[in-house]
Amino acid sequence: MAVPVRYNIRNLILRKSATVMTALGIALTVTTAIFILALLAGLNAAFRTSGDPLNVLVLRKGSNAELAAGGVDRDALPVMKDLPGVAHDAAGQPLVSGEDLLVVVLPRNDGTGETNVTVRFLTSTGIAMRPESKLVAGRWFAPGQREIVVSQSIHNRFAQANLGDSLWIGKGPWTIVGIFDAGGTAHDSEIWGDINQLNADFDRHFYNSVLLRATDPVAADALKNRVNDDQRLKLNGMLETDYWAKQTSSGNPIKFVGMIVAVIMAIGSCFAAMNTMYAAVAYRSREIATLRVIGFSRPSILTSFVLESVLLSLLGAVVGILLMLPFNGMTTGTNNPVTFSEAVFSLRMTPSVVSWAVVFAVVMGLFGGIAPAWHAAQRQILASLRD
Amino acid sequence: MTLARFVRKNAFRNKRRSILTLLSIGFSLLLLTVMMTIWRAFYMSEGSAESAQRLIVRHKVSLAQFLPIAYRERIRSVPGVKNVVNETWFGGQYKDDKPENFFAQFGTDPNEIFDVLKDFHIPPDQLEAWKKDRAGCVVDAELAKKHQWKIGDRLNIKGNIFPLNLELTIRGIFSTATPTESIYFNNTYIDEGYPQVKGLVGFFGVLADSPQSVPEVAKAIDAMFRNSDRPTKSESEKAFNLDWIAMLGNVKGFILSICAAVVFATLLVSANTMAMSIRERTREVALLKTLGFTRGTVLALFMGESVSLAALGGLLGAIAASGLVYVMARSPQMGLFLTGVTINAPTMLVAVLVGATVGLVSSFVPAFNASRRNIVEGLRHIG
Repeated sequence: MAVPVRYNIRNLILRKSATVMTALGIALTVTTAIFILALLAGLNAAFRTSGDPLNVLVLRKGSNAELAAGGVDRDALPVMKDLPGVAHDAAGQPLVSGEDLLVVVLPRNDGTGETNVTVRFLTSTGIAMRPESKLVAGRWFAPGQREIVVSQSIHNRFAQANLGDSLWIGKGPWTIVGIFDAGGTAHDSEIWGDINQLNADFDRHFYNSVLLRATDPVAADALKNRVNDDQRLKLNGMLETDYWAKQTSSGNPIKFVGMIVAVIMAIGSCFAAMNTMYAAVAYRSREIATLRVIGFSRPSILTSFVLESVLLSLLGAVVGILLMLPFNGMTTGTNNPVTFSEAVFSLRMTPSVVSWAVVFAVVMGLFGGIAPAWHAAQRQILASLRD
Repeated sequence: MTLARFVRKNAFRNKRRSILTLLSIGFSLLLLTVMMTIWRAFYMSEGSAESAQRLIVRHKVSLAQFLPIAYRERIRSVPGVKNVVNETWFGGQYKDDKPENFFAQFGTDPNEIFDVLKDFHIPPDQLEAWKKDRAGCVVDAELAKKHQWKIGDRLNIKGNIFPLNLELTIRGIFSTATPTESIYFNNTYIDEGYPQVKGLVGFFGVLADSPQSVPEVAKAIDAMFRNSDRPTKSESEKAFNLDWIAMLGNVKGFILSICAAVVFATLLVSANTMAMSIRERTREVALLKTLGFTRGTVLALFMGESVSLAALGGLLGAIAASGLVYVMARSPQMGLFLTGVTINAPTMLVAVLVGATVGLVSSFVPAFNASRRNIVEGLRHIG
């Protein structure tokens, strides 16, 4: 027969101060773990949700980043516009967008220095091929004007990124005429401007990348292979979704340090929980013997104490989750090693992050509880009763 | 029996509890030590004396934009400049894209690079051999050890940024005080292999005549190119490195919040242990007082016990941390951010002091209560 759970709950309540202190310690560990998991979830979300499965990104052969030197020859664009499987817009224009990328340095508005930001130059076709990007203020840039639009998160994170401000790019200032929201995708870390105006500044023979829209997913795959196999083009085509998904490696240093931090804090908390449980067992030595005399078996005593430890850490997990809630959605940035510029993302406490945190706490409770529970179950009845 | 011996005996009267507490505090302070070390390496280290004398001159917009090689001689003419060398980040791939095979490759001028990087040491005959081979390269000693390279080995590097694959022969191995995870090759390889960037380089390394003249030199160089097609940004090597770290994100905030969480968790653990341990000894305290021990002595006894346990935990944590930092500094996942970082004695001392302070603070309330408890009540206490 199992010892009722109510017995454990009452015991936790009875030893208030020890319970609260141990649970708080576990809560801090859980908070740290959630913080790291939420960072990674936000980073992954930014890259995983980027790109449209119908879009094919084309780079020069051998290159796997848009910012590489050299790129797609401008003469290759007409060839790609005629490839079978390319979708057309309502006006009958092929959905093909040649794009250029530059990196500029912007000062952060919290005074922590400057950082690199990617500027993408494209045409209105390129904007139309990214329907997730919506204007939230101002207007899109007009063709042939030195105008740019900035993403909402760049507007929030950087000084000099308000409507009407101007940024020095290439040979002169560009005016910010609009703010857009790219729906949590990687474009949230970008500034967009008119590619034809850029051509006036720089004599460029290449596009950094070309984006093609296919008519359907099968055509997208075929289009990708066609670009790769075309000997005239010497280009490297890939699904846009795959391109962005690969850039999640930006989170590697955070992931690595985060895991170390979480694991070490967890081990420390495990020992603390063990300490509390050993004390609980020692304190209740006679009680345990009495339970045995009444007829509870060793396994049920063992289960009961492990359960108590797990309950303790679950309490910690709940407190930890509550502590982290106010930070949910906070925006931050890290370096994207592929573009040498900042990737903006937000902390996301997704259901999977929260459930991992709970699992993490339960594992801590199990490890912390097993040894003391074993100890409790093994005590000799007579010796304990005489204590 | 002296008081110190009494404290020591009591600290380990319940061995299991003391060891668990030690481990718990030790692991927390291990983390604290690691975080403090990263902080020190990023924000407090002055670098080598030679590093303080160096500047990096790059395109004002970003590192991804090139500068003309003609700038080199103009920079050399600036008063206070001793040596100038061009460097270009090649950003290629060795073997595959696994992080453990990642290292930095720079195209440069073999004739001057080691005059600027004065703290890099290379045997003169190897340097001569490299100067003679335009497809040669020199590699960091630690990196060579890791990949088991030796002089004469061939390295194939696939270009990601440049449409060019390098086939290099190792001509020399240079050693440095801290590992750099980098190789240097002759920049003419890029010039000839990809003529579109001929005459263009990534950035310039500049050696000033003294650390004091670095800010003046930086200002003079930037002023010289202010109104040109390609304006520059010059800064000390340290400031340049800090820019990279800032790109990782809000590192300061991250470290500080983890440190705060760790210290608070340690405080809880220590307070909990002392509360448990003191509660057990209620009757004993009454007995001590009956024997004539004053309140002050009782308070000191308990607090001494807590302080020594927590400080010992801090020491253990700091020792373990030096091992962890060693592993992290060499781990491929960190990229180049922690290259050559080690723990120093002051950091370890701080960990021990933090431990002691935590022990002091956490034991005060339970110890104070115990010392104030009425003797008769204490003697009657059952538990």
